[in-house]
Amino acid sequence: MTEDQVKQIVIDIINEIAPDEDTTDLKPEVNLRDQMDLDSMDFLDIVMELRKQHGIEVPEEDYPQLASLDSCGAYLTPMFNAK
Amino acid sequence: MKQHYETVIIGAGMAGLAAGIRLALAGKEVIILERHNASGGLNSFYSQDGRKFDVGLHAMTNYVPKGTKGTPLTKLLRQLRIPYEALDLCPQNSSRIHFPGCQLRFNNDFALFESEIAAAFPKQIDGFRALAEEVRTLDAFNLGAIPSSARAAVQRHITDPLLEDMLFCPVMYYGSAQEHDMDYGQFAIMFRSLFFEGFARPLDGVRVIIKLLQDKYRSLGGVRKMKCGIRQIQSQDGKASAVVLDNGSVITADTILSTAGAVETARLCTDQPADAGADNIGQLSFTETITVFDKQPADFGWDDTIIFFNTAERFRYARVEPDRLVDPTSGVICFPNNYQYGEGRQLEEGFLRVTAMANHDAWCALDEDTYRAQKTHWYDKLQQVTLGLLPEAKLKLDTHRIASDMFTPRTVRKYTGHLNGAIYGAPGKIKDGRTHLDNLFLAGTDQGFLGIVGAMLSGISMANLHVLQGG
Ligand SMILES: Cc1cc2nc3c(=O)[nH]c(=O)nc-3n(C[C@H](O)[C@H](O)[C@H](O)COP(=O)(O)OP(=O)(O)OC[C@H]3O[C@@H](n4cnc5c(N)ncnc54)[C@H](O)[C@@H]3O)c2cc1C
Repeated sequence: MTEDQVKQIVIDIINEIAPDEDTTDLKPEVNLRDQMDLDSMDFLDIVMELRKQHGIEVPEEDYPQLASLDSCGAYLTPMFNAK
Repeated sequence: MKQHYETVIIGAGMAGLAAGIRLALAGKEVIILERHNASGGLNSFYSQDGRKFDVGLHAMTNYVPKGTKGTPLTKLLRQLRIPYEALDLCPQNSSRIHFPGCQLRFNNDFALFESEIAAAFPKQIDGFRALAEEVRTLDAFNLGAIPSSARAAVQRHITDPLLEDMLFCPVMYYGSAQEHDMDYGQFAIMFRSLFFEGFARPLDGVRVIIKLLQDKYRSLGGVRKMKCGIRQIQSQDGKASAVVLDNGSVITADTILSTAGAVETARLCTDQPADAGADNIGQLSFTETITVFDKQPADFGWDDTIIFFNTAERFRYARVEPDRLVDPTSGVICFPNNYQYGEGRQLEEGFLRVTAMANHDAWCALDEDTYRAQKTHWYDKLQQVTLGLLPEAKLKLDTHRIASDMFTPRTVRKYTGHLNGAIYGAPGKIKDGRTHLDNLFLAGTDQGFLGIVGAMLSGISMANLHVLQGG
C-alpha cells in the first residue's frame, strides 16, 4: 500500500466521522486541526475506525503522529504493509 | 443472560445511552442495565388515559443552527454519529425572566437579551457586556485568578442585585445542584447554553431523543436490559469485580460506568458503609404541574416559550424548609406548544407546565390521602401564581382544561432512584468521574454537566476517557 492510499483511507474516515467537514482541498503538510474543526474526541474516533476497519492499533502516545495527512501517511503506511 | 461484559453501564438515562453508543461504536461488548421499565431516566415520558406526557424537557438547551462549529451540540452529534436533522430541533418563540417590576425577554438571538438589559438597566449594560465577554471566552475548567463563586465573579461586573438575581434565576433553575451560589465555570457553561446558544424542542418531545439514542445503540449491537436494577457492586483489592442484580444474578465486567449518582453509587458498593457520602446528598427537588387544554396557549393570549419567575424581594434558590411542601415564590413556566414547528405542525393539544422547588422529606412523609389532597392544593396554588404572571387569559381556563397531572419529589425518587429526589444530584460534582474503586466511574448528573445535552456529553466524555482511552 502506498502513502497516498493510506492518506485516502484517513480522509475516508474523516468523511465518515465528521460529515459536515469539507475534505476536498486538504493540504497534506498542514495540521488537520488547523484546516478543519476537529478536536481530541474526533482524533479518538479516527483511531477507533483504524482499529475497527483495518485492525491498526495506534497507542495513545503516538496520537501526535496523526497530526497531518503527511504524518499519517508516514506513520501508518508501514503498519498497513506489515499486516 | 451472558455473564461477562467489557463494560456494564448502570442506568439508561441520557448519559447511560450516550456512553453506550460510544462504546458500541468502538466495538466494545457493552450492556446497559436499567431498573425502570422505560429509558430516559429524569427525562422520560409516560402515558395516562392514552395521552403521552413528557417528564422534563421544557427546552433542550444548547440549540445552534446546523453546522455551527465548535459548539457542544455539534460535537455531541458528531460523537454519536447522529445527523442533525434527526433531532427535529425547532427553535423557541421567545422567553422571559419575570421579577417584581421588571421583565427581560430573550430568544435564540443574544442581541434581544442585550437590548432588553440595556433598556431596563442602562447603568449596568457596560458591566453586562463585560460579563458576557468574559463568559464567552472563559475556560470553564481553569478559572485562573477569577473567583470560583459565581456570585462573587458576577458581582465584579453587575452591581444591581435585581439584575444579578435575574441572571442567576434561569441559570440556576436549568443547571445548579448547589444552593444559593454555583461554581463560576458551571455558570459560564449554563449561561452560554441558554443565552448564546438557545432553546429548541422536537415536535414529539423527549421521545424523539430517547428513541434516536436507543435505536442507534441497538443498531450497533449494544445490549440493554430493562427492569434490571443493580443492587450491589462487589469489589476485590480496590477493583469492582461484579454487579448483583435485584433478581440475584451476577454480571462481571472489566469496567463499570454508573449514572445512578455519586452517593447512590457509593452505597451500592459492598465495601462502603450504608450511609456513605451523607454530606454530599442533593437538597434540591422540584414539583411540576402539567395542564392540558383543548386550545392552543396562543388562543389564551400566551406566546412565551419559557418564563423564569420570581415574586419575592430576593430570589432564593435553596432547599424548601421542611415545614413547607412547595416554595411557590419562584419557578419555571413552560408552553411546549410555543416553538417554531413549521407550517402545519403543532401539538394537537395545548400544554402548560409549571415547575417550582419542593421539599422531598415533607412530601414523602405524607400518607396516601394527604399526599393526594396536597397535590390538589398545590396544583391550584401554582396555577394561581402562574395566572398572576401571564397576560390576562382570553379564554376561560376551567372550560378548556381537559386533563392535568402533577409530580412531586416522591415521584422523582421512585422513578430515578435519586436520593432526596434531587434532580440535579449531589452539590459536589466529581469532574473526573473517578470513585474509590479503580474501574468504577461516574457519568451523568453527578459528574458535572446537567440537562439533556450536558448528561449526554458527560456519558460521551467519561466513556472516551475511562474506557476508550484506557483511563
Ligand atoms: C421535571 C424535569 C424537567 C427537566 N427539564 C429539563 C429541560 O427542560 N431541559 C434539560 O436539558 N434538562 C431538563 N431536565 C434535566 C435532565 O432531565 C437531566 O439532567 C438528565 O436527564 C440527567 O440524565 P442522567 O443520565 O445523568 O441521569 P438519570 O436520568 O437520572 O439516569 C439515571 C438512570 O439510572 C437508573 N438507575 C438508578 N439507579 C439504578 C440501579 N441501582 N440499577 C439500575 N438502574 C439504576 C435510573 O432509573 C435512571 O434511568 C429536567 C429534569 C426534570 C426531572
